[in-house]
Amino acid sequence: MLKFILKRLGLLVLTLFGLSVLLFLWVRALPGGPATALLGERATPEAIAAINHAYGFDRPLWEQYVTYVGKIVTGDFGNSTQTQRPVLQQFFDQFPATVELALFAIVFAVVIGIPLGYWAARHYGRWQDNLSVVLSLLGVVIPVFFLAFILKWIFAVKLGWLPTSGRQDIGLDATHYSNLFVLDGLITGEFDAAWDAFKHLILPGIALGSIPLAIIARITRASVLEVQGADYVRTAKAKGMPEKILRNRFVLRNALLPVITTVGLQLGLLFAGAVLTETVFAFQGIGYGIAQAITNSDYPVLQAYIMFIAVIYAVINLVVDLLYGVIDPRVRVR
Amino acid sequence: MSMNGMDPQNLRPSGAPDPVHDAAGSPAGAGPGGPVLTSDPGDTRHSDRGTSLWGEAFARLRRSPMAIAGAIIIAIFVLVAALAPWLAPYAGQATPGMDLVTPTDIPGLGTPGYPLGLDNFGGDVLSKLIWGARSSLLVGVISTCIGLAGGMILGALAGGFGGWVDTVIMRVVDILLSVPNLLMAVSIAAIAGQSPFAVMIAIGAAQIPVFARLLRSSMLSQRGADYVLAAQTLGLGRGKITMSHLLPNAVGPVIVQATLALATAVIDAAALSFLGLGGGVPQTAEWGRMLTVAQNFLSSAPQLAFLPGICIAITALGFTLVGESLREALDPRARRR
Repeated sequence: MLKFILKRLGLLVLTLFGLSVLLFLWVRALPGGPATALLGERATPEAIAAINHAYGFDRPLWEQYVTYVGKIVTGDFGNSTQTQRPVLQQFFDQFPATVELALFAIVFAVVIGIPLGYWAARHYGRWQDNLSVVLSLLGVVIPVFFLAFILKWIFAVKLGWLPTSGRQDIGLDATHYSNLFVLDGLITGEFDAAWDAFKHLILPGIALGSIPLAIIARITRASVLEVQGADYVRTAKAKGMPEKILRNRFVLRNALLPVITTVGLQLGLLFAGAVLTETVFAFQGIGYGIAQAITNSDYPVLQAYIMFIAVIYAVINLVVDLLYGVIDPRVRVR
Repeated sequence: MSMNGMDPQNLRPSGAPDPVHDAAGSPAGAGPGGPVLTSDPGDTRHSDRGTSLWGEAFARLRRSPMAIAGAIIIAIFVLVAALAPWLAPYAGQATPGMDLVTPTDIPGLGTPGYPLGLDNFGGDVLSKLIWGARSSLLVGVISTCIGLAGGMILGALAGGFGGWVDTVIMRVVDILLSVPNLLMAVSIAAIAGQSPFAVMIAIGAAQIPVFARLLRSSMLSQRGADYVLAAQTLGLGRGKITMSHLLPNAVGPVIVQATLALATAVIDAAALSFLGLGGGVPQTAEWGRMLTVAQNFLSSAPQLAFLPGICIAITALGFTLVGESLREALDPRARRR
């Protein structure tokens, strides 16, 4: 098991190294070079030369790379060209918002997706099964941002039940410690603020959760179907195992193994997927930050955010793999 | 795109023909001791070409209502895209109804002369949807071709050579896969500038790792098959075995993935132009761009968002239906049932 963990950690380090090289080269491959990207419309030849010198873009590539990594290690990701604030600071402001949103979305996807997939498999080939297949197809083919529009139009514009945008009603003047607005509200006892922040999560959370929901339901269905037909289930059934134990201990437990991997992978993907959803709902998380950075050609922000998201994605994948080893002893033997 | 609903489980060749059954189904493969030269009249496996993997898959597709529905959607989509200049009443960026539109009043469905109404610029929504189909088809097909070609080359190199070539290529692919698809497309589009061309390259390049990994693992699963051993025994070179034996037998899952990737590409293209990476003027006739503009008029003219959104979803549905049916038809486990 230790060897397994070390090997995975080694791979993670290698991946991050490769990614840092790619992102480093990426900014240098931008049209007009990094100086033009930094200056934007103010790029005059003199200004470009000055920036090139100040940032060391005129030095050999390997030397630039060493400086770049050295800065990253000390937490210096540069400043946003738009707001002039340190990128890391901006990230820590926006990240908790996306964490809240992603958690809401994945919980929504799991709570609906797993029972839906299980229910479909139990009624394999009947209308329940077909319904779940159609639902998961719809979840995949409807673009997230379009679903976000539909939800916003029905529940916010037409019915007025939920807020159209933002993270919290500005008029509330809530106290914030962690920037996880729901949690902050609960800690400080400002329950109206927590409830308001929660209401702001519902629509973007459902929109963001739609794809994981579809995929989780699909994997659960396929997995339950496979386990239901396994020899050990048939044997247990033949020996007169009570239906309830058979379902919970034999079928469900084994069927959920691939589902756990899927949930983990999907959670990692949500941080990237949030770009579209957060844009539609003007929800100030990292996805919104990326969309803004694209509009403003804010490359320091883009470069750092892509790195952060890749790290989050990689770490979640690692945790899922390790978790998998814990839940399924068969993995460890190999 | 990640967003794309491309589930990582798909990376594994779930639809990969398993060597044993493929050997029985394809004329190229005969098991050890199986009759290679002598043909047994009672055994139709070798004489009847209709039972080849692809032949049977095609027969199954024709019976599947899902596949037929998908094919009809794709056919309509392609026809509309191809015939856009004749079908669309107005040019893509024309604003024939400019005088009828005010910021607060945008004529909706059923406006005389404009069956699907006007947009905020005074453009005819029906015409823009038709022209949008053309640009979606172009972006979808070209980007998938880029992804397919790049992925096939990398995957065939890795799967064909093995050893250090395989290790190096697969490490690079792993690194690329560590960036979620949509983000990668965004980064590439940022380098390539803001144009429809950049969107194609971005989506295509972001698909390369998936195709590479899929083809490689599919080829690896074929490598141990008996027909490869037979080819080696006959003295065929590595290049010959890779190109004319491994590749044709390993390509099934890749084709399934390519069909599904077309759906993803249509959605991703809309997403990238929604984020403003498609370039061009705001009234460009592109489904994603139409949605960007529509978000400002959600309360007064929701049809501006719904119509292009429905077009994207239906097109993606068409490719997904065909892709999923193809996957099922090629799945050897399903064939046995």
